[in-house]
Order: sequence, then C-alpha cells, then structure tokens
Amino acid sequence: MSANGIAQIVFALLVVTALTPPLGAYIARVYDNKRIWGLSRLFGPVERGTYRLLRIDPEREQDWKAYAGAVLVFSAVGFALLYLILRLQGHLPLNPLHLAGMSWSLAFNTATSFITNTNWQFYGGESTLSYLSQMLGLTVQNFVSAAVGMAILAAVIRGFARRGTGALGNFWADLVRITLYVLVPLAVVWTLILGSQGVMQTFSDPVTYRTLEARTLGTKDPTTHQPVTQTIVRGPVSSQIAVKQLGTNGGGYYNTNSATPLENPTPLSNFFELLAILLIPAALTYTFGVMVGSRAQGWVLYAAMMAILVAGIFTALPYEQRGSQVLRQTGVELSATADSPGGNMQDKEVRFGIANSVLWGAETTAASNGSVNSGHDAWTGGAAVVPLTLLGVGEVVFGGVGSGLYGMFLLVLVAVFIGGLMVGRTPEYLGKKIEAREIKLASIGILAMPIGVLVMVAVAVTVGAGKASIFNAGPQGFAESLYAYMSQFNNNGSAMAGYGLKDFSATLGGVAMLFGRYIPILSAMAVAGALSTKRITPPGLGTLRTASPTFAITLIGVIILIAALTFVPAFVLGPVAVQAGGLF
Amino acid sequence: MGVRVLRLTGISLAMMILMTILVGVIYPLVMTGANQLFFPGHADGSLVRLNGQVVGSTLVGQGFKSPAYFHSRPSATVPPYEPLPTTFANLGPDTVALKKLIDGNVRAALALERRYNPGLQARDLPVDMITTSASGIDPEISKANADLQAHRVAAVRRVPLNRVMALVSQETRGRFARFLGEPGVNVLLLNLDLDKAFGPPTR
Repeated sequence: MSANGIAQIVFALLVVTALTPPLGAYIARVYDNKRIWGLSRLFGPVERGTYRLLRIDPEREQDWKAYAGAVLVFSAVGFALLYLILRLQGHLPLNPLHLAGMSWSLAFNTATSFITNTNWQFYGGESTLSYLSQMLGLTVQNFVSAAVGMAILAAVIRGFARRGTGALGNFWADLVRITLYVLVPLAVVWTLILGSQGVMQTFSDPVTYRTLEARTLGTKDPTTHQPVTQTIVRGPVSSQIAVKQLGTNGGGYYNTNSATPLENPTPLSNFFELLAILLIPAALTYTFGVMVGSRAQGWVLYAAMMAILVAGIFTALPYEQRGSQVLRQTGVELSATADSPGGNMQDKEVRFGIANSVLWGAETTAASNGSVNSGHDAWTGGAAVVPLTLLGVGEVVFGGVGSGLYGMFLLVLVAVFIGGLMVGRTPEYLGKKIEAREIKLASIGILAMPIGVLVMVAVAVTVGAGKASIFNAGPQGFAESLYAYMSQFNNNGSAMAGYGLKDFSATLGGVAMLFGRYIPILSAMAVAGALSTKRITPPGLGTLRTASPTFAITLIGVIILIAALTFVPAFVLGPVAVQAGGLF
Repeated sequence: MGVRVLRLTGISLAMMILMTILVGVIYPLVMTGANQLFFPGHADGSLVRLNGQVVGSTLVGQGFKSPAYFHSRPSATVPPYEPLPTTFANLGPDTVALKKLIDGNVRAALALERRYNPGLQARDLPVDMITTSASGIDPEISKANADLQAHRVAAVRRVPLNRVMALVSQETRGRFARFLGEPGVNVLLLNLDLDKAFGPPTR
C-alpha cells in the first residue's frame, strides 16, 4: 500500500461523494416529472412525440402489478429482439469481419445478460460481434436495461413516499424520461471525455498493418512465414463504453474489457470510468432522501454502503501488493517504487498498477458493473475474497443503477424488523408499519439469490458438463465456478475469466441471470405496492429511528450476517484455500 | 389478460424500435461526428504512421523480438500481441501452471539481459517484465523495465547509454496531475524515437 495508491482511492471516493447531492437532486426532479432546464426544450418534443406515437398517457399511473407487468413484457420483447440480432448478425450489414451469428446458447446467454443489466461476457467482443450488434444490440440494451432498473426504483420510492394510494407511476413515462434526461446527457459527456483520452469513435473498417519490426527488420510470423501484422477492430467504441459504465452494465466492446487500452487508454480515462461506475448508484441514495422528505434517510444508506466498500478495498489492497506465492518465490521486488508498480502485476496493466486495479475490482463488484480492468482469475486468494463478498451481499453496496437501492430496501426492512424486535419497538420505516406480509416478501427477494447460487454452483462443480467450463486446477477452479454463478445471479457480469463457454454453463448462467433480476424486482414491487396503501404514522416515542448511525451499523450487520452465514463455507473451499494452501 | 399482454407487447415493440433509433443509431452517429471533429486522431484509433504508412497504434503494444529494440511485456494472446482478440492469461495466483509461466519469463529475461547487465539476478527484475499484462497488448512498460533494457539496446546499437536513457526519460509518461495512475513508457513510441535518433537497426 503506497501513500500515492491510498491518495488515489480516497480522491476517487471523495469525488463520488461530492457529486452525490447535485446529481441525486437532479434525478429526483426527473422522477417527479419536473421541468429540466435546457433539456426539456431539447428533448421535450421527443418525449411528447413518443407518448403520442405509442398512445401512452403519461399521467395515467399504474399499480404495482400493472407496473411490474409492463416491465416483464418490455424485457421479454427486448430479449427477443436482441436474440434475433445476435443469431442473424451474419446476414445483417455493418459486419466488416464477416462474423457468423452466435450459437443458440451463446445468444441466449448474451441476450439475457444484456436485458438483465448483467453483461456477463461469454462472448468475445471484437472477435464475435459485428459493429451492428454492438450498436443496435448491446448499446441499446445498455441504455434501456439501466433505465428499467431506475424506473423500478422510482416506483418503489413512490411506494415509500405516498400514502393511501396504490399508484406507483407510469412505467413508460419513467423509462422515456430517465433515458432522455439522465442517461443520454451523461453518456454524451462521457463519450467526449473518453474520446479525448483516445477511445475510438468511428465507422471505419478494422485496420491491418505491418508492425514496426516487420517493416525495419522484416520479422516474420513463425507459423505463417509472412511479415508480422496486427489487426485492430474499430467502431463506435466510446459511445458504448460511456453508457456501459454509467448504466452499471459492464459488457466490453473488446474481450478484455476496460483492461485493454482500446477501451481505457490512460489513468485519466480510468478515473472517469471509475467515477461513472459509482456515480448514478450513489446519487440515487440522495434522490431517495429528497423524495421521502428526509435527506438523512438517504445518507444513512449511503454511509452503510460506503463503509462496506471502503473496508473491502483496504482488505484487498495489501494482498495484491504483497503478491502471490509464485511471485514471491522468484525474489523480484514487489513493493511499489517510483519506477515500478510492484505487487501482483499478473494480468494487470502498467498504467493502472495495483491501487487502481484493486479499486476497480471492488467498485465494480459492489456496483454490479461487470467491467474489469485487470484479470480477476489472477487475483491473490486473499484479495479475491473481496469481490466475492461484495457479490455475496447481493449487489446492495451501491449496486446496479436502481436495482442496488431497491435490493437494499429489502434488507432495510429486515434490519428494521430485527432492530424493532431487539429493542421492543414497533417496526416502522418512514412512518409505515412493517408487517408480516412485507417481511415475507422481502425475505423471498433476499433469499432467492443465496439459495439459487449455492444450488447452481453445487450442480456446476458436480456434473461433467459444468466442470468442463473450469480452467484452473484445485480451489481456484472452484472459485471460478462460484464467482460465475454469484456474478450472474446478482446481475453483476464480471468474471474470473478462465471460466469457459459451454452450452451447459451458458444456459445455467442465463437462467441464473433471469431469476436474479426478476425475483427481487417482483418482491420489491410487491412490497412497494403494499406500503403505498398504508397510512403514515407520525413518529412517537416507540419509533425506531432509522436516520441514525446506530441504524446504519445495524444495517451493515444484517447485510454482512446474511452473506457471511451463506457463503463463508464456500469461500473457505475457494479463495481462502488458494491463499492458505500450496500450489495446485 | 390476453388482450392486455398483446397490447403491452405492441407498446414494448414500438418502444424498443424508438429507443433503437434514438440510442442505437442517432446517439452513436452524433457522437461519431463530434469525436471525429474534436479528437480526429484518437477517434480513428490513435494510429502511428512512418513515411506515410501505418505501423501501429499508440494503444496497441507490439511483440518486438530484436535485441536492438525495447521489448513489451509478456502477452497471453495467440500469437503474442495479436489484438484480435485480446485476452488475459487467466492462470490462478498459486497454480503450478502460473509458476511454470513466471519461472520461464524470469529465465528468458535473465538470458536476454544478463550479458548487458553483469551480475543481474532475478530479484533485480521489475515485476512487469515477468508477468503477462491484462489485455495482452499493454503498450507500456514500467520505467524500471525500460531502464534495464536500455543497457542492451545501447550495446546492440553501439550508441551511448546516456542517449538511450535520455530517450527513455523523454518517453516516460508521468502520473496524471502527479498522482493518478502509474508511470509508464510506451514501447512503440520509444522504439520509433530510437530509429529516428540512430537509424533503423540492421539485421
């Protein structure tokens, strides 16, 4: 842990914190259907035109069932379209490398991955997707899957804020407004920032050239005996990377995602991509505070999330700087110096070094952003516990845009319930009584993930078809499998990338993503529906105060306890054994 | 129920088509125009030209083999430094396979550099010299790595070491605002500088 590394981490988190109130207040205006200075003039006609064309009445609000129904049908249609594009890309234009359509299992996994905001990468990016698939397929879902998550959150927050009504808003209006007034403007800014750092934005064909050494010395490729050439796939990269990070998507244009200089060329691009990853999920805590009329309620959730994230970052950092057994045995210098990053540089890039790779790994697994800037399979066992834990808590430490916070609400209800029981007070949250129905629904939403993950991992490491995906031997292979299903079930998308594509793993992973997306959505929506009809009781002496540090600590306790009880045995078999054992 | 689902499907389909036009077509096209206008070199891939011909991109490392050039880091792509597709090595941190790879990299580095750095031991090697990069096309090496290789490059090219070292210092990209990221040296640009200063190497 170098002083400079710590300074970078602190700075990155301070900037996120500073931007949380302004952006959070702005998103609250969008959620509340208020005029947006400047943008209403620009996008207002588009918004109203969409309503007219689709014959939607934006003022007509839906109850939770109608809202959730619209979400489900919209997602199903999005899935069907993306599946078709991926299967048929060989017959479609903008395919300079003449890539064939995807196999059924890869197309199923990839389409599921993008509609659920997961962005798990069984696909190879540059070598499997045409420019058209990247634009019309992936970029579009990067926007709309993020907008869907944020729309559901809007509905859930309304459920907390309103009284005596079942109405939670209009899904179509939320979807359009979030896309036009939040995601598009931010994506435009980020496309320009990343473009200034060197990320491509072009429709030119891939470029092939002889390398410098092939030109000056005539160096030949040993297998083809032709002068050495390189081919770089190009395309509208920056516009996709911008929304990939802002919408907590994470699916790369290129196979190695934000580790490749083509997606993330400089320390400054890395800083802005990191900022984009946490920006909206962090701001939404403030949006929540504004909408329920108590900013402190938002800050409590923010503080609980940030505390877990910071603990994770500083747990992983020393392990990665110390390096793996294999590296230590060589005797090379592993501490950071002015001229060398030191540490576990296996599957890491020079411009990021240790601190930025660890910060990225922790932020992305916290925020349900599937992008990577280093190879997680090569992380030391001790450090790998951190991304696995952040996945294991259910993507509620900031989490995906929208999905992180509505997932967190389910845990908040449980924390309120437990807290209320412990001190003998009525379980209430924001003036609403929390009763058996809400706790049951929240429990379903929370427990589906750990149960689903454990069953799927057990199957995947037992049957031959599942084991065929494993790349590394011993406990590292188990960690790969565990990571794969935790990541997909939680709609994260990052990977220990050795875990390989097979029909079996692609299908099981696809099912994991669907369960992991729609069970929490339905349970959060049902809870919001139930809460929205309740009266708000004024706080009395018997009320458990939720805008307090004590409650933040209780909440952290509940989050860690649920994850720890579920996953510690599995961690012991995977990364802990890797860290503690010998070579496999 | 059936009629409602049908109507929802219709709205969804229309909405997806509108969204596709908006963020799948208009957004990338407008941004392409803007980036081509503001950052013309970057937008096309940061290509590097020599005598009018493309010889590389500053974003994509090359697998230099000649001792007269600075070498990039080990790469897991097949063959090394093939950007289509980029890939991690994906070997676990404490595996026999990784040990074999790393020990091989250490031996290769010592075999190449020891002649020009007398008494060179494994412990003197910078860690980025013996580990594969994440992308497999990392265009940069650490300053320590470049300094070590400078001895070989100067000796093979029969040019003064201090002039090669000066080129390394000149090509070293510092941290942004002195604290963001890690410093690095772009290998392709450094080798182009070498050829410019001392002429291309001879076989």
